[in-house]
Amino acid sequence: MTNSIEEITDTDAMFVIGSNTTENHPIIGARMKQAVRNGSKLIVADPRRIELADYADVYLQLKPGTNIALLNGMMNVILENGLYDKKYIDERCENFDELVNIIKEYTPERAAEICGVKSEDIIKAATIYGEADKAGIYYTMGVTQHTTGTNAVMSISNLAMLCGNIGKESAGVNPLRGQNNVQGACDMGGLPADLPGYQKVFKPEVIEKFENAWRVKLSPKPGLTIPEIFNGVHDGSIKFLYIMGENPMVSDPDINHVKEVLEHVDFLVVQDIFMTETAEYADVVLPAASFAEKDGTFSNTERRVQRVRKAIQPVGESKPDWQILMELMNYLGFEKKYLHPEKIMEEISSLTPSYGGITYDRINNGGIQWPCPDKHHPGTKYLHKGMMARGRGLFMPAEYVESAEMPDSEYPYIFTTGRILYHYHTRTMTGRVEGINEIAPSSYVEINEVNANKLGIRNGDRVKLTSRRGQIETTAKISEIIDENVLFMPFHFADGAANYLTNSATDPIAKISELKVAAVRIEKAK
Amino acid sequence: MNITIDGIQYEIKKNTTILQACKDAGINIPTLCHDERLNPSSSCRLCLVEVEGTKNPVTSCSTMVRDNMVVNTKSKDVIKARKDVLNLIISNHPMECLTCDKSGNCKLQDYSYEYGVAEGTFKGAKRTPKTDTSNPFYDYDARKCILCGLCVRVCDELQGTAAIGIENRGFDAVVTTPYNEGLINSKCVSCGNCVSVCPVGALSPKRQKYRYWENKKIRTTCSYCGVGCQMDLVVKGDKVVDVEPAKDALNNGLLCVKGKFAYKFINHPDRLKTPLIKINGRFEEATWDEAYRYIRKKVNELKPEYGADSFAGLTSARCTNEENYLFQKLFRAVIGTNNVDHCARL
Repeated sequence: MTNSIEEITDTDAMFVIGSNTTENHPIIGARMKQAVRNGSKLIVADPRRIELADYADVYLQLKPGTNIALLNGMMNVILENGLYDKKYIDERCENFDELVNIIKEYTPERAAEICGVKSEDIIKAATIYGEADKAGIYYTMGVTQHTTGTNAVMSISNLAMLCGNIGKESAGVNPLRGQNNVQGACDMGGLPADLPGYQKVFKPEVIEKFENAWRVKLSPKPGLTIPEIFNGVHDGSIKFLYIMGENPMVSDPDINHVKEVLEHVDFLVVQDIFMTETAEYADVVLPAASFAEKDGTFSNTERRVQRVRKAIQPVGESKPDWQILMELMNYLGFEKKYLHPEKIMEEISSLTPSYGGITYDRINNGGIQWPCPDKHHPGTKYLHKGMMARGRGLFMPAEYVESAEMPDSEYPYIFTTGRILYHYHTRTMTGRVEGINEIAPSSYVEINEVNANKLGIRNGDRVKLTSRRGQIETTAKISEIIDENVLFMPFHFADGAANYLTNSATDPIAKISELKVAAVRIEKAK
Repeated sequence: MNITIDGIQYEIKKNTTILQACKDAGINIPTLCHDERLNPSSSCRLCLVEVEGTKNPVTSCSTMVRDNMVVNTKSKDVIKARKDVLNLIISNHPMECLTCDKSGNCKLQDYSYEYGVAEGTFKGAKRTPKTDTSNPFYDYDARKCILCGLCVRVCDELQGTAAIGIENRGFDAVVTTPYNEGLINSKCVSCGNCVSVCPVGALSPKRQKYRYWENKKIRTTCSYCGVGCQMDLVVKGDKVVDVEPAKDALNNGLLCVKGKFAYKFINHPDRLKTPLIKINGRFEEATWDEAYRYIRKKVNELKPEYGADSFAGLTSARCTNEENYLFQKLFRAVIGTNNVDHCARL
C-alpha cells in the first residue's frame, strides 16, 4: 500500500476493485464499513456482489477480465468533465498526452459494453472518485491475476495520478497483500531478479556490494520465476527443487502440470509444518516450527515491520525455518552462524536501505513502516509525499485486451476463483480447525439461478466442471451474488480443487497466472 | 478549561468526558459498559460520580466536562451508589465463579472484590435462562449476561455486522439474533470480537480449560492475511489455548475468525515432528543430521554435473523476513543461482 490502514478512516472516497475485502482482509473491511458510516463514499467493482457492495454508492458487476476497460472508462469521464488535477499533473507527472490519446477512445458507453455494466454507473463512479478530495483505491488479485494484470495495475496508478491521489494522506494506490508476509518475502529478495530491498542482480554495483558483504562470488544473471522453474523441470534444465512453506499442489494453476513437475524433478526438498499435498512428492521433508514457536518479523500490507514472538517450544523435533536454513548452509560449507533472528535482522538492515533503521528494539511496540533508512527515521506513513519515488509520475496508459481464454461453444462459462472468509489458502492450517470445517467443510461452485435452471442443477447437486486442462467434481451452490454465465469457486480445497481447471497463461511482465479467468463447462455429475 | 476532581485542580481539553479526564488524572473509575472505541451507552451506571450543583450523581462516561466543574469520585454517596449498582447486578447473577471460565479475568468479580460486595441482597425473580451454543467457536449464557451491550455495539459499530441485538425488557432482556434463530443461522461471521469485549462470562470461547493466573500471554503478529493484526497468544504449559486481540495496534482490538479462533493447528497431532526421507516410495523418519547429509550429497552430485542454475527454490510468504533473507542467501551465496521465487502471485 502506498498509504496506511488507519488512513482509511479519514478518506473521502474509496474505490474497491477486485477485492472481497470483508472476507479476505476482514479488519480492513471493517474499517471500510466504519468509514462509510463516517460519510466516506464507496465504489465497488467486482464480478460478485460481495458484502461491500451493500455499502456502496455505486456497485459495478463487471465481467471478469475487463478491469482496464472500466478504469479507462472512468478516466474518460474524468477527463471529459474536467475532474482531473491539472496542477498536480503539470507539476508531478509526465506522458499525460499519451494518456489522453488512448483514453479518449474509451467512452463510458464503450467501456460499459465491454464490462457488461451500465454507462451511467461508470459515470457515477468516475464522478465520485473525481470529485473526492482524498480518494483511495484498494485492490487485490481480482486486478492482478490476469494476463493483463500489470497493465491493470498501471491503469489504477494512472487514475490515481490523474486526480492527484498519490503522495496524499488517506488516498493512494493500495494493493492489499494476501499473505501475512508476502510483502516481506518480496522485500527480502525472494524474487529472481532482486536482492533484498529490490536491488537488482543485474546491476554490477549491487552484486559488488553483496559479494563484499557475503564474501562469495554471485551470479548477475536474473533467475527464473515459478512458472519458468516448473517449465524448467519439465524440459530437464531444473534438477533440484526446494519448496519452503508453500503448497503448489493446491494453490497453483493447472495442478495436473504441477503434479507432473513434482513427479519429474530429480530431487525435491519440502519444508513445512504439515505433510501437505506437495510434501507427499518430496524426497526429503523437513519439519518446521510454526509462527508461535519462533522469533522474527513479518512486514504487513502497509509496509509495517512487526515482531513475531516465540510463545512455545517447537513441536517435536521441528525447528524454526531460519535455523534449518542456517544449519543447511553450514552443512554446505558456508560457515556463518546466527545466534538469534535479531542477528539476521542486523545483517538485513546493513544491506537493505529501506530497512536501514529497523532494529528489534525500535519495532518492539507497534512496528515501523519502511522506508526507514536510518536509526533516527520514524518510518513512512505514506509514499511519494511531495515527489514520486522515480521523480515524475509516469502515465502508462493501456488498451483493453481480452483474457487469454474466452468462453466459446465448448466451454461456455467464465470460471473465476478466490478465497472465502473461513479458510486460508490451501487449508493446511484452517483445515485442521474443527469449527472452521463445520462452517466451511468442502469445495463448491457458485452458479447463478438462471444458469442452474437452464442446466437442471439444484442447490447441493454434485456437478462436473471441465476446462481444457482438467476436470473436477464439486457441489453446486446456487447464488444470487454471481453474474450470469460466470462461475466462482474458492481454491482452498484439495478435494475438488479449482486449480485443476485454471489457466497457467501468464502476464508477460509480472509472470502472474490468469487465475481469475478460464473457460469451463458445467454439467450434472452422474 | 479548569476542573476540580477530588479537591485537585486539572486543566482539561474541551470535549472531554469526565471519565476520560479522570483517566488522564490517574483516577480509576469503575466501568462495565464503557469502551473508548465506542459511543457511550451509560447502561451499567457503575461510573457514577458527583458533580457539585447537580442533584443526582451522573454517569462519567457520557458527561462532558465544563469549565470550573467540581467532581467527586470517592464520596460516601458515590461509593454507596456503586455498591448498590453491583448489588443489583450480583443479585441477578449466578454465583458460579468456582466453575466459570472467566474467573480471574472478570470485571464484575474484580469490582465486587474491590467494593466488598459478596452477595446480592435483592432476592426474588431472576433473569430468563437462555443459552446459544450453536456457534462452533463460542457460547452465550444469558444468566451471566449483565446487559452492558458491549457485544452488540462492537458487532455493530466496529465490526459492522450487526448480527445481534438486545431483545425484550427487564428480566426478559437478552442478547439475541433476529427472530431468535441462533448465532449459527444469523449474519454472525464468528469474528469473536463480542467475546473479546464481554466483561463477564456471558460470551465465552469454546476452549480448553485454563485459569487466567496459570497462563502467560505473548504479543505477536497474526500469521494469516497481510493485515498484520497484533494479538496475544495465551499459553498454558507448552500449548496455545486462546488468542486475544491487541487494542493498542492497527487492528484496534479487533480480529477475524481466523485470527481469533483458528489457532488449534499449532498443537495439532498432525504436525510434522521429525525429518522424513523417502526410501523406496515410503517416508522413513530420519535425524536432522541424516537429512542434511542427504541433501548435501544430492547438491554435490547435481551441481558439478548440471551447474548452479539447475537448482531452484521457492521461498515463502508465510515465513519471517529473517527466514526469507536466509533462503535467498542460501540459493544465491551458497548454491550460486538467482532461481529464487515465491508465492507472491497467488
